[in-house]
Amino acid sequence: MSVIYILLSVSVVVGVTFFVIFIVAVRSGQYDDDYTPSVRMLFEDELVKEKTDTSKQTKTD
Amino acid sequence: MENKTCFHCGDDCGNHPITYKEKSFCCNGCKTVFEIFNENDLTCYYDLQNSPGAVPKEIEGKYDFLSQDNIIEKLTEFRSDSIEIATLYIPHIHCSSCIWVLENLKKLDTNISDSQVNFGKKTVRVTYNSEATSLKAVVLLLSTIGYEPYISLDDFKSGEKHINRTLIYKLGVAAFGFGNIMFLSFPEYFEVNEFWLEQYKPMFRWLMFAMSLPIVFYSAQDYFISAYKGLKAKLLNIDVPIALGVTVLFVRSTIEITFDIGSGFFDSLAGLIFFLLTGKFFQQKTYQFLSFERDYKSYFPIAITKIDKDGNENSIQVYDIEKGDRILIRNEELIPVDGILINGKAKIDYSFVTGESQAISKQSGDKLFAGGKQTSGVIEMEAIKSVEQSYLTQLWSNDVFNKNKEEGFTNITNTISKHFTVSIITIAIIATTFWLFVDPSKAMNVFTAVLIIACPCAIALSAPFTFGNMLRLFGKQKFYVKNASVIEQLAQINTVIFDKTGTITSNKQSNAEYDGDILSESENLVLKNSLRGSNHPLSRTLYNILQENNIITLDAFEEHIGQGIEVKHEAVNMKIGSASFVGNPNSNSVLNTTVHVSSNNVYKGKFTFYNSYRKGVSKLFNQLKQHFDLVILSGDNAGEQDNLKKLLPAKTKLIFNQKPEDKLDFIKYHQSEGAKVLMIGDGLNDAGALAQSDVGIAISEDVNVFSPACDAILDASRFKQLYTFIMASKSAIKIIKWSFVLSFFYNVIGLYFAVTGQLEPVVAAILMPLSSISIVVFTTIATNILGKKIPSIANTTRHPNKV
Repeated sequence: MSVIYILLSVSVVVGVTFFVIFIVAVRSGQYDDDYTPSVRMLFEDELVKEKTDTSKQTKTD
Repeated sequence: MENKTCFHCGDDCGNHPITYKEKSFCCNGCKTVFEIFNENDLTCYYDLQNSPGAVPKEIEGKYDFLSQDNIIEKLTEFRSDSIEIATLYIPHIHCSSCIWVLENLKKLDTNISDSQVNFGKKTVRVTYNSEATSLKAVVLLLSTIGYEPYISLDDFKSGEKHINRTLIYKLGVAAFGFGNIMFLSFPEYFEVNEFWLEQYKPMFRWLMFAMSLPIVFYSAQDYFISAYKGLKAKLLNIDVPIALGVTVLFVRSTIEITFDIGSGFFDSLAGLIFFLLTGKFFQQKTYQFLSFERDYKSYFPIAITKIDKDGNENSIQVYDIEKGDRILIRNEELIPVDGILINGKAKIDYSFVTGESQAISKQSGDKLFAGGKQTSGVIEMEAIKSVEQSYLTQLWSNDVFNKNKEEGFTNITNTISKHFTVSIITIAIIATTFWLFVDPSKAMNVFTAVLIIACPCAIALSAPFTFGNMLRLFGKQKFYVKNASVIEQLAQINTVIFDKTGTITSNKQSNAEYDGDILSESENLVLKNSLRGSNHPLSRTLYNILQENNIITLDAFEEHIGQGIEVKHEAVNMKIGSASFVGNPNSNSVLNTTVHVSSNNVYKGKFTFYNSYRKGVSKLFNQLKQHFDLVILSGDNAGEQDNLKKLLPAKTKLIFNQKPEDKLDFIKYHQSEGAKVLMIGDGLNDAGALAQSDVGIAISEDVNVFSPACDAILDASRFKQLYTFIMASKSAIKIIKWSFVLSFFYNVIGLYFAVTGQLEPVVAAILMPLSSISIVVFTTIATNILGKKIPSIANTTRHPNKV
């Protein structure tokens, strides 16, 4: 059997996999709000900083 | 000393700022919010954005209805024994600080396990432990930190909202197929008679066929349905040639690969549908945070306090109010039904209904209409109608609210499509007949090639991309248009009708003119100071208009409700109020709102209140008069007639005393005579007229909070630019016409190949995307140039949106 069949089936499988991931992402509502996540991402630093702050406090207490 | 601005909300702190932790606050409310954030380690809120907050409002008893089980049931999207999830609409959400603090609600209340903001829709989705806390507690918490949710009768009906994502799926399927088919068809573009290529050709082709199946039968199904509907209604809409082209492409390609004639046009087919759907997707994008479909339900409360016979107060749903029920209206609450005032001081603000901002005082026994907002203290009233039968709400039973404006309107694309389809079919038939005589073997080939290459992808894309981009550009200028077809209709109007109060007048301020004997300095001083002590809306307005004076202590001050005030200071005895109260012998002005003044029992004169017109009204009308018929349609009396005549061009028609239904009928009548009407209004009483008109624009001081159902919402600060917007819409139509010319040019090249029988798949695969892409580029550049011409005014709002 020629190697081209394997290559073709692999490429189709990869394509279909990405397509399925896309559908799942849409279904889960990822595309419903395209602004808030971009801001939320930037807050993660703040949250980490606060956690360390509180942990310090509990140590000194 | 320069006044400081509030650290929390950014308002001017006035002369006596409250200082706490070296920060100034305008009021105790703002200070309390800061304290809450400070205690809970949430002061990051102020680092992300300067003064992001809102002043928390008085909410005593306002949310008692939220403890009722059936109301919680309707408002929550998920309920179990221990967990509830509710999505609340919060108009104040405007910046990144808001997102941050609302997503950290769990730090303020440990019973809240999660909160997620959707910035576009201005909602927060809260998950909380319903055993330890309640929806009411969550709402109260939000209110105390200045994020009061807006809960209206609308939320009560909707339940779970279904989000339609079909277009994204269809686009995804088309994109997947398009990409893969392109790869598979690539080897054949070079047509080298290479051994291995020949060997695997059938497999490649059948793979392409397989991938085109979901594109034709799923992604493209809307075009077939629309074409079928169009033909059924004897209309040649743009989807007819598209559906025809897609069918011919698919059938011919399938036949070609079955009989090994050629490689087929699957690549062009997939590309065509992908581009068409992209256009649709672009056009569909709209403003999530605005609602264009609002009716009275969006403004009315869900529940109201009813007083039963024993004097107990219960929360009942607004729909359950029956004739004869006694209901309690608190300060800042909306009156949901027509009724009679039983007791309490009523000062009703009808600005939701009429746009008139001046609150009206009512006495016990007076009739109150639904839609007014109580602005001073608690009142009791007796319902005389149910919600749906009230004076205001029954307007919505008119048929006009069920009509879809887009139906019955032939858009520019469909107008051109009619001629286009006819000429393409003619060309196809002529070319086929010619080849039947010259070389019959080529006849079928030519016939299908013409239909394929003429598939009007570029034409179908012109309008969506032009209007879609205009929509975005208008939005930047605070003119929010519902959809693309509105811009098209706006370009065709020939009559502009304005509502008066709240539309061409500003409801933020009004002017008063003094008429009578000149007041002495000491009289002026007493007048200003006595107004200072009164809470009557007219006193407040007049107080703000009169120039600053020293603050003095009055010797005597008495307010006679419904009549006026009587004051004494040293040698001055002053009466301020209605004509009869001050003893005006000849009171003849019935139309205008007046306040009369007498000093030591001598009649001095009167202040007459005039509406203050928006800046640039006169200029706007002069610009508009060259192109349009102008009408002012007012629900008020003719008191302002003389003023308006001075201000506006002579040919403007002025019509007064119009009920909501009269406005609607007026527009209907003119439409039947061929007028294309643009209605500009603001209150719920204009809702009928806005729906009946060809384009209804609502003017709004705050686009997030209030506007009746309409086709477009215009921020009040941009009112004077209305003319520019109409002209820009007209230019948009020109851009579309030019892009039609451009796409005809491509069609002529394509038709040359098709008619001469030399259409190779590779030519189609180059020409079709090329025409689509160049149309998209052309319309985008042209609209952006047009957008630059719309002059933008410096942003004066306090919280610029950070989107």
